[in-house]
Amino acid sequence: MTIRTVRNLRRFSQILFFGIFFWLILETNFEVSFNPDTISEILLPYPVSIALQFDPLVALTTLLANGTLYKGLLWSLLIIIPTVFIGRFFCGWVCPLGTLNHWISEIRSERISFRGKGRMESNRYRKYQRIKYYIFLFVIAAALFGTLQSGLLDPLPLMARSIGTFVLPTLHASADGILGWVKSFGVKPVSDAAQFIYDLIAPLILNFRRVYFHGIISIAILFVGIMVTNRVFTRFWCRGLCPLGAMLGIFSRFAVFGLEKDEKTCDHCNLCLLNCQGADNPDIGSRWRQAECHLCLNCQASCPRGSLSFKFFPTLEGTKTNPATVQQVDITKRKTVLSLAAGAALFPMLRSGDAHKINAESKLIRPPGAVAEDDFIARCIRCGQCMRVCPNNALHPTLMESGIEGVWTPILIPKIGYCEPSCTLCGQVCPTGAILELSMAEKVGDKDHPPNRIGTAFFDYGRCLPWAMATRCIVCEEWCPTSPKAIYLKEETITDRQGREVTVQRPYIDPNICTGCGACEFACPVNDRPAVYVTSVGESRSPENQILLRRKNPPSVVKGGTA
Amino acid sequence: MKRREFVKRASKATALAAVTGIGGWFFHDRKWFIYEPAIVNKPDFEVASNSTLPRLSLTRDEDHIAALRDALNAIGGIRRFVKPGERVTIKPNVGWDRTAAQAANTSPLLVGEMVRQCIKAGASEVIVTDVTCNEARRCFLRSGIRDAAEKAGAKVLLPVEDDFLVMDLRGKLLTNWPVLRHFVETDRLINMPIVKHHSLSSCTIGMKNLYGILGGRRNQLHQEIDQSIVDLAAFSRPTLTVVDATRVLMRGGPQGGSLDDVNIEHTVICATYQVAADARAVEFLGLRADKIGHIVAAEAAGLGVIDYHKIGYRENLG
Repeated sequence: MTIRTVRNLRRFSQILFFGIFFWLILETNFEVSFNPDTISEILLPYPVSIALQFDPLVALTTLLANGTLYKGLLWSLLIIIPTVFIGRFFCGWVCPLGTLNHWISEIRSERISFRGKGRMESNRYRKYQRIKYYIFLFVIAAALFGTLQSGLLDPLPLMARSIGTFVLPTLHASADGILGWVKSFGVKPVSDAAQFIYDLIAPLILNFRRVYFHGIISIAILFVGIMVTNRVFTRFWCRGLCPLGAMLGIFSRFAVFGLEKDEKTCDHCNLCLLNCQGADNPDIGSRWRQAECHLCLNCQASCPRGSLSFKFFPTLEGTKTNPATVQQVDITKRKTVLSLAAGAALFPMLRSGDAHKINAESKLIRPPGAVAEDDFIARCIRCGQCMRVCPNNALHPTLMESGIEGVWTPILIPKIGYCEPSCTLCGQVCPTGAILELSMAEKVGDKDHPPNRIGTAFFDYGRCLPWAMATRCIVCEEWCPTSPKAIYLKEETITDRQGREVTVQRPYIDPNICTGCGACEFACPVNDRPAVYVTSVGESRSPENQILLRRKNPPSVVKGGTA
Repeated sequence: MKRREFVKRASKATALAAVTGIGGWFFHDRKWFIYEPAIVNKPDFEVASNSTLPRLSLTRDEDHIAALRDALNAIGGIRRFVKPGERVTIKPNVGWDRTAAQAANTSPLLVGEMVRQCIKAGASEVIVTDVTCNEARRCFLRSGIRDAAEKAGAKVLLPVEDDFLVMDLRGKLLTNWPVLRHFVETDRLINMPIVKHHSLSSCTIGMKNLYGILGGRRNQLHQEIDQSIVDLAAFSRPTLTVVDATRVLMRGGPQGGSLDDVNIEHTVICATYQVAADARAVEFLGLRADKIGHIVAAEAAGLGVIDYHKIGYRENLG
């Protein structure tokens, strides 16, 4: 097998893994078929979050933060163990964000077509590449103390979140917009053609229905920002910022596979440097850096004289023109200590603020099955899979609702979508156990289990039609899914402004029964700020955030009569 | 500046100024967004009345499919209602993410049988759809209706945004409102409600089931529920109303959930008169039609009669 074949294999591998990753996110969707007679719970046909469980940084940081490796996170050994021996193959061959950065970097531009010294110089190892190690050490130390921040910049969660909550919804809106615009001309054949193309594409990449996400712009800015920097420096993100790349770089410290340079045959054409992805100095005259190399093999494949070759147990010459030395990561002890200390200090700093529990946002409603807030922050990697899979568009990335510490963690916004009692999909897709998998009995409750509660509903009687406007309405009660209903009605005869008697049914909440699903808030006809709303108090996951000293059993229903 | 250059620049500048000015003038105070609802004739899918046949028939049979067949045959059989080549839309109640046993949605057995009947009568296409309350995919799956209807040969269409037409319902209360196009762009409409308790309208049967042809913010309709139901029943005239009273949700409607709230009645009603169908079916809830606001209002609006014995009623209690 020639080196060019191997390079093509690498290209194929990039396309393959990018495809798999993208497909898994597309499949993180409520497009399943099931027969209600044979199965009571809706289960996803594929382990759609498995890609995230291959991520060693997710595994390491969640392990540090909460002390266990959740479910499939052991898969990440398949990435980290080979890395120990051969280096950052993941970055060059597997990582979907790395692949995207690779492609975007290679799109022709003034910088690329100007094949000269400028590009070569930009591909030399630069000091900014150390930043990723600082970021890595920072998040590691923070995780150890219990605040998991790696997910903000970890490429796999970042990619899943960006595609799921920003790219795909934006694509959907664009497709709908273009279709509507084309149809607005009213030319039948053109409209039909547009509809035909739309119907062809829609089942492949568009959701069954449009979704809307809170805080989408913050996710978009980071993602687009990463893409744009590729136009300035090739794979700026991978080289300079990626904490997973840094982790893999550190783990390749004792790699037995590496680049052997032969200075005798080299004529210093610098093609290797021109094509280098990782800025790891493949050229003769400077020291090759294992920790920066993505193993893309471009250097070896582009070398016209065969002076470069990747080998097991390479001989690292120590001459002046080929200054090989012991491989080490380019960070100083001082900076290492500083980064770790900063990460460690982050935790007490964040927890001295009020956003975490002390003065938590009352509308911070976590998904059903979410673990207690301390543990939640120690597990959630902000991958957005729960938000993507939620069939009701109920889960959203937070902005500041759980403080800066919880940016992009999931929040349920009932006004946009409520929590379907019979649904357990968010727990099924969560790769780290921030949202636990609930059985149907645990979700809706039965004789042995209380239901899983995510909050409690309250009325704003000043806005409620039967309370404030002498107008009939029972929509919240109609939508209340518990049995018996947590919202109950009392018939009252009142007089309206003109003094006429009006009989209305006024709604009340029974906090013993309410699970906080938010169906009432979703359905309330008072559109802008519903007259019934859910706050997090009473959530099952928190022993502190409660109202009632003891929840009584729901009152038994009198059989026979009707309301 | 040379003369040639002066002329060139000056004329370009003038042209740009002219385009800007004319553009501004052209778009000034122009109202692009004048909203014109689609004016379609009222979707009246009724068949001509036949005085030799009852207008309302009820059958009780533990075999629900047999019950449906018997009740249907008593009012003339499917061929009276569906002619070969016609496109039929069936509107079951698929409001909620509930199983068939919980009696919040129409029985999938009956929906499947109705589809088979229509196909047997030569329908070119049978569409089963509903504008659900809970998430549509979940409702159609869990109710078992998607499975049953597809197996029987129907096309199950889940409502999507593009499929709503804004129509003038020309009601007293309901005017411009989005209507799912499959309920108006069809040849025959078969309404298949289930009998349920409802806290405001007392019952959800046939006419109330027509809420499900609408999109938009229909949660506002409850403020004047009787008039809005009457407006809808005046707007949409189904060919046939097939009431599922095999299970009846007595309490906790319209969503139910607990099997304790369900009475088993093994009954199917077929009717060409919506008002009469509702008037008979409401008795399963232990209520009287002349006490139900929207049924009384529908009679007053001339949509039918409550006293169903007068219009030809047949029952077969098995």
